[in-house]
Amino acid sequence: MGRLIDLCKRKLGDTVLSAHEQHGDETVVIRKDALLTVLRWLRDDDAMKFDFMMDLTAVDYLGTRARSERFEVVYHLFSLKNNHRLRVKTLVADDDPVTESVVTVWVAANWFEREVWDMYGIIFKGHPNMKRILLYEEFEGHPLRKDYNIRKRQPLIGPEN
Amino acid sequence: MENRHQLDLNTELMVLNMGPSHPATHGTVRFFIKLDGEKIIHMETEIGYLHRAFEKHCEDGTWSKAFPYTDRLNYNSAPQNNVAYALAVEKLMGMADKVPARTVYIRTIMCELSRMADHYTNLGAATLELGALTAFLYFVEARELTWDLIESVCGARLTSNYVRIGGLASDLPEGFAGKVKEVFAKNRVFWDEFDKLLTKNRIFLDRMRDTGAISRDDAIAYAFTGPCLRAAGVEYDVRKASPYLAYGNVDFDIPVGTTGDNFDRYLVRMEEIRQSERIIEQCLAQMPSGPININDAAVRNPSKEEVKSNMASMIFHFKNTIEGIQVPKGEVYVPTEGSNGEVGFYLVSQGGGKPWKCRVRPPCFALTQAMGHMCKGSFLADIIPTFDMINLIGGECDR
Repeated sequence: MGRLIDLCKRKLGDTVLSAHEQHGDETVVIRKDALLTVLRWLRDDDAMKFDFMMDLTAVDYLGTRARSERFEVVYHLFSLKNNHRLRVKTLVADDDPVTESVVTVWVAANWFEREVWDMYGIIFKGHPNMKRILLYEEFEGHPLRKDYNIRKRQPLIGPEN
Repeated sequence: MENRHQLDLNTELMVLNMGPSHPATHGTVRFFIKLDGEKIIHMETEIGYLHRAFEKHCEDGTWSKAFPYTDRLNYNSAPQNNVAYALAVEKLMGMADKVPARTVYIRTIMCELSRMADHYTNLGAATLELGALTAFLYFVEARELTWDLIESVCGARLTSNYVRIGGLASDLPEGFAGKVKEVFAKNRVFWDEFDKLLTKNRIFLDRMRDTGAISRDDAIAYAFTGPCLRAAGVEYDVRKASPYLAYGNVDFDIPVGTTGDNFDRYLVRMEEIRQSERIIEQCLAQMPSGPININDAAVRNPSKEEVKSNMASMIFHFKNTIEGIQVPKGEVYVPTEGSNGEVGFYLVSQGGGKPWKCRVRPPCFALTQAMGHMCKGSFLADIIPTFDMINLIGGECDR
């Protein structure tokens, strides 16, 4: 197991649901209710110091695992000082697609969270402006969900239609 | 206090809508600006006009079919996106160290050529939008010559579709090193002219210096990467922090600014063009000979002669085309240094011939997000140089 995973497990105990290392990338899956505390600690702790939230996205695992663990929200963190990276994940249920917004930890998360809402329909509680970003307001559904048909068409909007 | 001051002057806030198709913003983006006189009180940025469902399309096709889509992310430096995606897939397949050395060097050269082309375009377009048409013509010519080099390698100027999983579409053409030398000699003249016209030009300095500035801490909080982060004084470049391709074997410097304003962003990009030249010259000198494709028929299609004479090769050719290259279950994030900043591919495979998830971290998405922060309190006209130096590429930002 990787060094960062060890540090996380020692500090966070059973908040870490699971962890794995693949191709040199270390990943920890965090309990959803402890997300903000953990991310704050990851940002501020000297051994961690993850000052960059490089990427935030989600993955839909529909059909491959239980519906209570359908979505994963994935954070890719980078530390300038320690030059290391960590992938943090949290599981989001199908029938309750809500998780905490991390805008208060990294301002950069603002647009990234809006994109995840737009594409996956996951709501970020506490987000200052939770509306679509790449698609238009009238768009129905969340296209990157696996049950959204790629051939589906939506009416054009605008003054002519 | 501010309110009373406004009452005294009897001014009224004005809301201005700029874009989505404004002649001074290359790329479709819309700004809602609240103005007090010429001063920006508040600014909202709206993107998404160029959304093309990049991820959904990638999930629908085989792993190899994503390459043409990656061309259209940052279309000013398409080979970089091709390379970034190929590196991620190769790492996910656990064959990153099996890619031939010659391919690694050619990929490095293509990445740096496209970085130069990207910076020429960005700086040229920026000066055009600030009214300096002559300087624009110099750098567009330099970009054309750079694109000619890219075209001689892969046959296309913009949408290169050049890299393959485990290899490349074609080897370098005959006499490539000589052509590079000729082009660099010409481009250095353009670079010098451009530099003389602008770097000490009073009008240019007035528009660029102290405008659109962002502090070191804010740049980090907004997840800035690339020239905009380095202009703010942070010495971070993926090529140095975690060297990939041939960057560990070549000698080059990372220019770093101090103030984080538009002028420093300009200086960083100008210097990066020179550093890219250095990298390419060293790569050409070190260029190993040998094959350009991985010797594994299950990954890289066998040659036509083999397909027609060998049964196993024919089967692989068929399976690679119909079912796609088989990528084992797993996930990977590979960061690379794009012209605009960190281009990272996050791939998830559930096994099989199609990506389960193909996410790209678009650097200018994070940069554009901070437009409101950088422009607040400055003048309306400062939006233009700031937006130029952010270098929003619609294809990459909106995907």
